[in-house]
Amino acid sequence: MPTLVFADNIGGKITKSSLEAVSYAASMGDEVVAVTYGNIDGDGGLGNYGAKKVIVASGVTTQDSQQLTKLVVQASTSVGANTIVFSHDNTGKSIAPRVAARLDAGLVAGATALPAGDEIKKNVFSGKAMAYVKVNTDKKVISVLPNSVGLKATGGSAEVESFSGDLGNAGVKVIEFKPTSADGAIPLPEAELVVSAGRGMKGPENWGIVEDLANVLGATTACSRPVADIGWRPHHEHVGQTGVAIRPNLYIAIGISGAIQHLAGVNGSKVIVVINTDPEAPFFKAADYGIVGDAFEVVPKLTEAFKAFQAAH
Amino acid sequence: MKILVCISKAPDTTSRIAFTDNGTAFDENGVQFIVNPYDEWYALVRALELKETQGGSVTTVTVGGVDCDPIIRKALAIGSDDAVRINTDPKDSLFVAKQIAAYAKDNAFDLVLLGKETIDYNGAVVGGMVAELLDVPFVSFAIKMEVNGSTATLEREVQGGVEVVEANFPLVVSAAKGMAEQRIPNMRGIMAARTKPLQIVEAQDVSTSTTIVRYELPPAKAAVKLVSADNVAELVELLHKEAKVI
Ligand SMILES: Cc1cc2nc3c(=O)[nH]c(=O)nc-3n(C[C@H](O)[C@H](O)[C@H](O)COP(=O)(O)OP(=O)(O)OC[C@H]3O[C@@H](n4cnc5c(N)ncnc54)[C@H](O)[C@@H]3O)c2cc1C
Ligand SMILES: Nc1ncnc2c1ncn2[C@@H]1O[C@H](COP(=O)(O)O)[C@@H](O)[C@H]1O
Repeated sequence: MPTLVFADNIGGKITKSSLEAVSYAASMGDEVVAVTYGNIDGDGGLGNYGAKKVIVASGVTTQDSQQLTKLVVQASTSVGANTIVFSHDNTGKSIAPRVAARLDAGLVAGATALPAGDEIKKNVFSGKAMAYVKVNTDKKVISVLPNSVGLKATGGSAEVESFSGDLGNAGVKVIEFKPTSADGAIPLPEAELVVSAGRGMKGPENWGIVEDLANVLGATTACSRPVADIGWRPHHEHVGQTGVAIRPNLYIAIGISGAIQHLAGVNGSKVIVVINTDPEAPFFKAADYGIVGDAFEVVPKLTEAFKAFQAAH
Repeated sequence: MKILVCISKAPDTTSRIAFTDNGTAFDENGVQFIVNPYDEWYALVRALELKETQGGSVTTVTVGGVDCDPIIRKALAIGSDDAVRINTDPKDSLFVAKQIAAYAKDNAFDLVLLGKETIDYNGAVVGGMVAELLDVPFVSFAIKMEVNGSTATLEREVQGGVEVVEANFPLVVSAAKGMAEQRIPNMRGIMAARTKPLQIVEAQDVSTSTTIVRYELPPAKAAVKLVSADNVAELVELLHKEAKVI
């Protein structure tokens, strides 16, 4: 029985988190069929991650959860899929629950590993613990936490089929799309390298050294909550329990104390580097590497050291 | 405008997370419970602001046992008009969504507002499920919401940016940071909350589609490796050779 994957795209480009969802589904062993919408070139690269077939609803251009739910449900019936995989990104979070409700299927939201037997692992308590979840229904919906399973290129390509069913009208009308970063920076939830700073920076005028470091690394910038609240940085940079949750490979935290609510959004990072004047700052307990020192001295030096490293490699 | 706000109970954000019964149950010992921050700060407060400008009423609904009453009273103290508690253990997301949808259907709300996610199970799914069960549009992760007659204009967080969207009532919206500013209940609110109606409703008999088999704590983190501020090149080396992230 094939596994169906919903693949999202931004302006025709399949998102990385969707490719991860396809890789995840392919690793489960059954044949993978992907379903997407809009203007896709060929198989959109989905075949290369394990999809055998891609169903494209080219008439759908807005990301409306009602229409996309109908699309996924109809596609799952036509291919006879019992398992439907999403990415647990903003798009997946608005459609997967609707699909689960429509099919009366158990949903595992934010899976971090492949199913083992009938158990699927996910994070709970903002990453402070993990849970093993069993789905009690025949039909299953799984959404995969971005940056937790990795991409597996297969070199394959997929057969493309256009979708022709009736999806009704969109309940939500899109007036405008405002990209988070006009300059093409990778959005925080997908970023592999993140440079973040907090109240230790003393004021917004001092962010130049943080941005320099981020630019050299090709990293996305983030910040602690008070910094966004006082307006030193834009709200979309706020990471933590009440902000964005991120899972980069490298998280560099500058002048951030490491309050538990901040850690809740960043503790999925593979490697954490902390720069703080206070050796007792709680963040050091959650860090892999640390420098006890003044950001205003350490950060420019670190930027130079990365430049020297890049020149040598 | 008739607004329903979904309020859930969550462990205080600083709680120590531990499990009992061989890792099969959350250890509530010594844990302080609060209103899930997204529900209180953003969903409830924006609902109250909309009522203040548009007229109407704000009702909260909670799926849970008697242990939820203190957080429901807090919501009443902040300003909701009345509260409903659907008296059952919130077993899984679809189970909770079915309870909320059944109540919402019977009582014809224009707007159902939820939090972006609960900070304990981090599903971010109940809103979408309720919307599908009611067969109405769903705007997830709204950071702004204005109302003009029968239409709402919202800004929502989507992959890669923010979308400005319009939708008609009835509507389900989940609220993220930006929707409103936290309100601290005042003495008058706290006194009034004592006498505001809290209605207890019997739960629908529906099955549970998922079960948590057991929990696990992440492995203990190794001690931090400190690098001297005078030798930052060593950090770059470690990130390259040891951590292999650059
Ligand atoms: C319900 C709730 C939810 C919350 N959600 C979030 C959230 O999502 N995200 C979040 O970030 N916070 C959140 N908070 C707030 C959190 O508790 C902390 O208050 C906040 O993270 C602290 O921000 P900070 O580390 O930037 O500032 P501070 O705690 O003031 O820390 C500043 C740090 O900078 C260091 N420093 C000072 N000068 C220098 C220098 N020259 N060089 C290097 N270091 C220096 C100091 O030693 C200190 O450790 C939440 C709080 C609550 C109650
Ligand atoms: N037991 C519950 N009772 C009422 N509302 C709930 C309950 N659980 C979740 N919700 C609502 O659904 C939102 C999303 O929850 P979740 O999908 O569990 O992350 C929360 O922010 C609440 O507004």
